[in-house]
Order: sequence, then C-alpha cells, then structure tokens
Amino acid sequence: MDTIRTEYLEERFKELQSAQTGSALQNWRSEGFKNFNKLGLPTLKNEEWKYTGISRLFTKDYTIPSKKDNVIDREIVDKTAIPGASGMEHLVFVNGKFNKDLSSFQSNDGFEICSLEEAFNGKYHEDAEAYFNKSSLFIKDGIHALNSSFMNESVFIKIRKNYHATKPFYFDHIFDTTSNHLLASPRILVVIEENANVQMIGSYYTHGSMDSFSNEVMEIVVKENARLEYYKIQNDTPNGSHTGTTHIRQIGKSYVHTVNISLNGGMIRNNTDIIMEEQANEAHMYGLYFLKGNTHVDNHTLVDNTKPHCFSNELYKGIIDEHATGVFSGKIYVRPDAQKINAYQSNKNILLSDTGTINTKPQLEIYADDVKCSHGCTVGRLDDEALYYLRARGINKDLAKSMLLKAFADEIVMQIKIEQLKEYVETQISDRLQLAD
Amino acid sequence: MLSIKNIHASIDGKQILKGLNLEIKPGEVHAIMGPNGSGKSTLASVLAGREEYEVTEGSVEFEGKNLLELSPEERAKEGLFLAFQYPVEIPGVSTTNFIKAALNEKRKYQGLEPLDAASFLKLLREKAALLELDKSLLSRSLNEGFSGGEKKRNEIFQMAVLDPKLTILDETDSGLDIDALRIVAKGVNTLHNADHSIIVITHYQRLLNYLQPDFVHVLMNGRIVKSGGKELALELEEKGYDFIKEELQESLTA
Repeated sequence: MDTIRTEYLEERFKELQSAQTGSALQNWRSEGFKNFNKLGLPTLKNEEWKYTGISRLFTKDYTIPSKKDNVIDREIVDKTAIPGASGMEHLVFVNGKFNKDLSSFQSNDGFEICSLEEAFNGKYHEDAEAYFNKSSLFIKDGIHALNSSFMNESVFIKIRKNYHATKPFYFDHIFDTTSNHLLASPRILVVIEENANVQMIGSYYTHGSMDSFSNEVMEIVVKENARLEYYKIQNDTPNGSHTGTTHIRQIGKSYVHTVNISLNGGMIRNNTDIIMEEQANEAHMYGLYFLKGNTHVDNHTLVDNTKPHCFSNELYKGIIDEHATGVFSGKIYVRPDAQKINAYQSNKNILLSDTGTINTKPQLEIYADDVKCSHGCTVGRLDDEALYYLRARGINKDLAKSMLLKAFADEIVMQIKIEQLKEYVETQISDRLQLAD
Repeated sequence: MLSIKNIHASIDGKQILKGLNLEIKPGEVHAIMGPNGSGKSTLASVLAGREEYEVTEGSVEFEGKNLLELSPEERAKEGLFLAFQYPVEIPGVSTTNFIKAALNEKRKYQGLEPLDAASFLKLLREKAALLELDKSLLSRSLNEGFSGGEKKRNEIFQMAVLDPKLTILDETDSGLDIDALRIVAKGVNTLHNADHSIIVITHYQRLLNYLQPDFVHVLMNGRIVKSGGKELALELEEKGYDFIKEELQESLTA
C-alpha cells in the first residue's frame, strides 16, 4: 500500500501564508492547520468515518493552487454548467477559488457578494465575526480543519432583508486537473436575512484526467422568516472526489429545504447539518444517491433541535449498482429544552448487485420527554411482486426494472423545485436507466 | 387456442397441479371452480409465467406456441392476459405511463409503431368510460390507494386497452360489491368476442350469472375432476363441492 503523504501539506501551507501576509484569514488558517496537525486525517477507527477510508486519497501529492490559480477557458465553463445556468446568478469557482470574471451575476439591492477578507475588513465585519467557522464546533475532524488551512479566495454572500431572489444562486465548482492532482478548498459563508427567500445550487466538475479532491465548507445562516432551498448536485467524473460540509443554522424561525443528488464521482462525503436555534423551525432534507462503478457516497446528516416546536423531515434514498458503496448516517439530537418537536427520518436502499455495499446508521439522541421522533431504514432488492406484475402486462424485464427504479428515484427528484434543474436530473437518471423521455 | 396437457406444477417443492388437462377454443368462456387450495390460482400463475412455480411435467400450447418456453412478458405480448386476484400497488408509476409502456411494448412486438399521443388518449378515455373508471385514477400511481373495486376495474380496463386473445380472470369477483361486479361483468362481456377466449376462476356462481360460461370445470386436488355446462355451476352453488367428492368416491370404489 502506498504511504499516506501529508508532509508536503506543511510546505504548501507556509507558501500560502507567506504569499498572503496581512490577510484577514491568516489567523483562521493558522488555527485550521494547527487543528489539522492535532487531529490528523480521519481513520476508520473514527466513528464518523467508519465506512469511508478518506485517508487513502492522500497517497498522492496534490497540488494546492496558489493565489491566482483560478483561471480556466470560458468555453469549459459554458460547456459544463448545468442547463439554465445563464438564467442564474452564476458564481464560478475554479480550483476552489472564486473567479469573478468568469461569473455572471447582476448585483442589486437585494444581495451582495464579496470576498471573505472584504467581509472581515469591511461593513460585514459583524456578520463575519459572528458566523464564520461555527461549523467547526460540530464537524471536529482533520478534513474540516484542512479546509480552514487552505481556504483562499473564499466568498461571503449577504442576502438582504425582504429580498425574494428571482434567480437561483449557482455555485459552479470546476477543478482543472489537466496537468496535476488537485486539492481544492472552497469556502463560502452565506447570511440570509429576515424575510428573504433564496434558492441555491452547487455542482462539481473535474476537468482533466488527473484526480481532484475538493474539500468544501459552506456555512449558511438563516434568519427570522427567511426561506432557503439548497440543491447539491454531484455528477462528476470518477476521478473527482469530494468532501463537503453544508452547515445550516436556522437562527430565526425559518424554512429550509435541501436536496442532495449524487450520481457520479470518486469518493464523496457530504455532511449536511441543520442546527435549529429558534422555536418552530422547519426543515426538509432529501437525498438520492444512484451509484455505479466504484463510486462511494457517504451522507452524514445532522438535525440538532435546540428549541421547542421544531419540525424536520428527512428522506434519503439509495440505488447501488456494480461495485458502488452507499453510506447513510443520520443523527437527530433533541436537546433538553426542545420539547414538542417532530423529527422524522427515513433511509431506503435498493441493492442491484452482489458487489455493491450499503451501510446505514440512524442515530437518535433525545434529551427531552415530550417529542415525536421516528426513524427507519430499509435495504432491499427490487420488489419481485411489482416486477412480475409489470412483466405480466408485456413489459420487458429490463424496462420493468428501470420503471420501478425511476419511480423510486422520482420521490426525491420531484423535491427539486427549480424546473430546469429537475429536468436535468431526470434526464441523467433516465439515461442511466436507458428510458426514453 | 389453448391446449393444456397433463400439467404438473409445484412451488417450493410442493406439488399443486397433478395432471391437469384443458382445451380452449377461440371465443369460448370456461369457468374453473373448486374449493380453496385446489390449485386454481396456481393454474393462473403457471399460465402467466410466474417464476416461482415449476412445471415438472406436461405441456401448454398457446396459439401454436410452446407457452412454457416464453417469459411472462412474451406471453402477454402473444395475447395472454391475467387479471390479478391481488393487483399490486406500484408507487411512483402512474397508471397511464404503465399502460402506455405495456401497449407500446406489445405493438413493438407486433411490428407496429407506438400509438401517437392523441390516439392513445382517445383509447384510454374510451376504455375508462366502459369500466366507469374515474379519470383521476389514471394519473395516480398504479393501484396505490385504490379501493378493492377500483383495483379490479383497473385490471379489466387494462385488459380492454391491451386487447388480448385469452384472458384469465383470477377471482376477479372476490371483494366486489354488486355494483362493481356488474360493471366488471359488463366490461368483460363487451370485450368478449369470437377471437377472445376467457377463463374465469371463481369460487362463486354470481359472476357466472353475468358471464355465461360455455363450460364449467371443477378443479380438485390439482386436477379437473368434472366438467359440464353452466348448469354445473348452479348445482355446485346449491350442493357445495361435497357431492362431487362423493361421486369421486363412488367411482373409485366402483
């Protein structure tokens, strides 16, 4: 086995810090790297990483992009963006770093986009101080610390009070691996103010034949009466691996709806956290992982109920084919003060091959006594009765299987409330299943 | 059109059919009656091609083809239709999409182009009206949340759209109230013609009041032990199966 190589990270870290003396992120990065050295890479002995051997991605030397290494041909951006991107606030990140020139968005009174440094140094100082890096209190591992160590050209977004965004915000991540392996560390902080309403999309694309490892941290703060929809779409190449934390704090009574679709990629780990910090928060979390080849997708979710009367509903579904692996770990905390909450969680899986793997682990920790919580998980094959019924009507076995799998996936896909994005995902799934229209 | 010769079939090593013979000519209606566990539904499953059943002996010819060599979908496309005793609920597949897929698979098999959208919808509307099926059911998930009567009417509706040569009604009358029974029977009668034969598997006489079988067969212990005209069904209704058992007993001791 190749040895895990982390010593080169030290070198790259020093380079980055010395190139950016005076940056508001310097101390944060130092803190991050200190933690990374302390925590190290997670191993299978770490309960949270039991089924995902992330450290084996570190047997190769990654290039960590320097300050301005965030350029790529516009053609590639245009060609690889999701359909409908031209009608969105299209924010392009190359190698984990924001590229304003390649992005296209119409600034207006409703929102503002600036670098994290500008936020710390300027008028959003209070937001940055109050909300930045709070996810590290929940995701306490070397992978999160690694993002903090190498974040660069990071972004701050403010969605202002009462703004109802007419266009979705599209975080378009492109990784250029034409000449080397790449470690990218995208970092985004979003503050959604009172009564605002916004849809956001993230997608990931590796351009080139070498490997990419994108290690993202996205923190989103949702204030009173605001509404957020967040769609994370993973349809990368098998040489694109990813770890990402989407840490959503509902600090005012608000509504959050997340959908995570994983179709392709190398090794993928998604942490989706919903922290309910105010009474009567509502969150809906959906996930679909439809995997083949050697793709490995690990979804870790957290719903942390800290106040009474919160509601959460969570449904993740998996279809595992060939040598793929799916992992689901869903945590629900109900803190002592969080009486009269409702929290539902369900994970359903279909294994299509003998060589595929599913690991599913619901975890409920309840410290309040008047709550409604439920969880359930299933792992099975396609329903033989349903298959026989379709075949008895003249539908070929393969088509019958595809129809049933499509129906299984559709329950999640229909939770995508951006029409063009939904159609795109539907097409990807239909193509995989060789279904017409 | 259908010739069943000395069929033996088992499931999980248990022998259910033990030498069953049946000949059906185009346009005939045959009723198969018999007590619980006699093998009625096994016969339906064997004909439709359910894989759990193993045919250990005998042959089935359908329209000159060896039926037992065909997959369930091939049998359906050859014109065999089984109306299920317990139609399966399939969440996420709409009734319309399901029937469209089934119809187009059959047309492809017959070398025909898929039906265009307008003709398909016209066909659907026409047949739904025949079965007095609420149009809203067509856009809903297949059988999901349908009442017992709606499920059975949906089966006959599918039969109407797919236009088979041989239909097997597997206890289609069970769980139907009198109105639903009338609608189902009317649908079947409308679609029954000189090229469309029907096997009615049932416990009771009441469906046969509407369908008027040409032949009634009594299935017991995996074999047809008595055949007759429609009057046999009335006799069974009146006397139960015991008189046949007695007859059998007598013939054995004679």
